[in-house]
Amino acid sequence: MVMLELIDILVLLLLATTAVAVARIRNLWAAVMFTGIYSFLGAAWMLILDAPDVAFTEAAVGAGISTVLLLSTLALTSREEKPIKKFPILPLIVVVVTGATLVYGTLDMPHVGDPTSPVHTRMEPSFIEKSDHDMHGELPNVVTAVLASYRGYDTLGETTVIFTAGIAVLLILRRPGKLSVASSNRSQPEESDG
Amino acid sequence: MFFVASLSILITMSLALIRAMLGPTVFDRVLALNMFGTKTVLFICVYCFASGRTDFLDLALLYSLMNFIGMVALLRFSQYGSFGDKPREVSQ
Repeated sequence: MVMLELIDILVLLLLATTAVAVARIRNLWAAVMFTGIYSFLGAAWMLILDAPDVAFTEAAVGAGISTVLLLSTLALTSREEKPIKKFPILPLIVVVVTGATLVYGTLDMPHVGDPTSPVHTRMEPSFIEKSDHDMHGELPNVVTAVLASYRGYDTLGETTVIFTAGIAVLLILRRPGKLSVASSNRSQPEESDG
Repeated sequence: MFFVASLSILITMSLALIRAMLGPTVFDRVLALNMFGTKTVLFICVYCFASGRTDFLDLALLYSLMNFIGMVALLRFSQYGSFGDKPREVSQ
C-alpha cells in the first residue's frame, strides 16, 4: 500500500509540473500540447481515485475535443503569447485566496474510501425505499429518479452551463469572413434582378 | 514487480515531459505528447493489475483511441493550418 501511495505522489507531482509548464510557456502551440498531457494525467489520477466515469469524460473531452478546439482557436490568433509587461499581483492574490478556501473546505470532508462516511451509510437505502412512493410508481429507475427529480434543478443548471459554453465556443470559433460571404451571396441575386 | 514497472513508466513520462518543455521544433513536442499518451495507457494497465481492478482496462483502450485521433488532428492542423476543407497558408 505504501508503494501505491508513492506512485500517487509521483503522479500528482507530474500533474503540478505540467500545470506550471502550461502557465509558464510562451509558445501557444506547446501550451496546447501540455494541456493534452495534463488531461491524460488528470484522467489517470481520476482512475486512481476510483472514478472511472469522470476519467472517461476527462479523456474524451480533455484530451480529444478540447485539444481540437484550442487548435482551431490557435488558427484564428498568433502562435506566440504577448510578453507580460508587469507582474500581475491581483490575479495571484485572487488565485491563492480561492485555493486556500477550497483546501479549507476539504478539511470537513470524510476521507477517501471511509466506510463510515454518510454516502456509504445513510443515503443509499432511503433513496431505494422511498423512490417508488415519491415518483408515484411511474418512474421505476432509481438513477433516473435521482437525476431528473431529486436533483432536477441541479441537472437543469448543469445543462444550462453546458449550453451556454457551447454557444460561446461557437461564437468565438465562427469564421470571421463567413457573414460577409453570406451577405454578398444574398445581394448578388438582387443585383442581377436590377 | 508492479511497483518497479509503474515507477519506470513514470520516469519515462517525466523524460517525455522534459522533452516537450525543451523541444525546439513542433515535431519534438508532437512526439513527446504521443509518447506521453502511450505511457499513460501502459501506466493505467500496470496500475489496474497492481490494485487488482482489471475492469478499468477498457479505459486504457479508450485512451489509446483518443491518443490516435488527437495525434491525427494535430498533424493535420500542422500540415494544413486548419481542419476545414479549405486549407490556409501555413504562416511560419
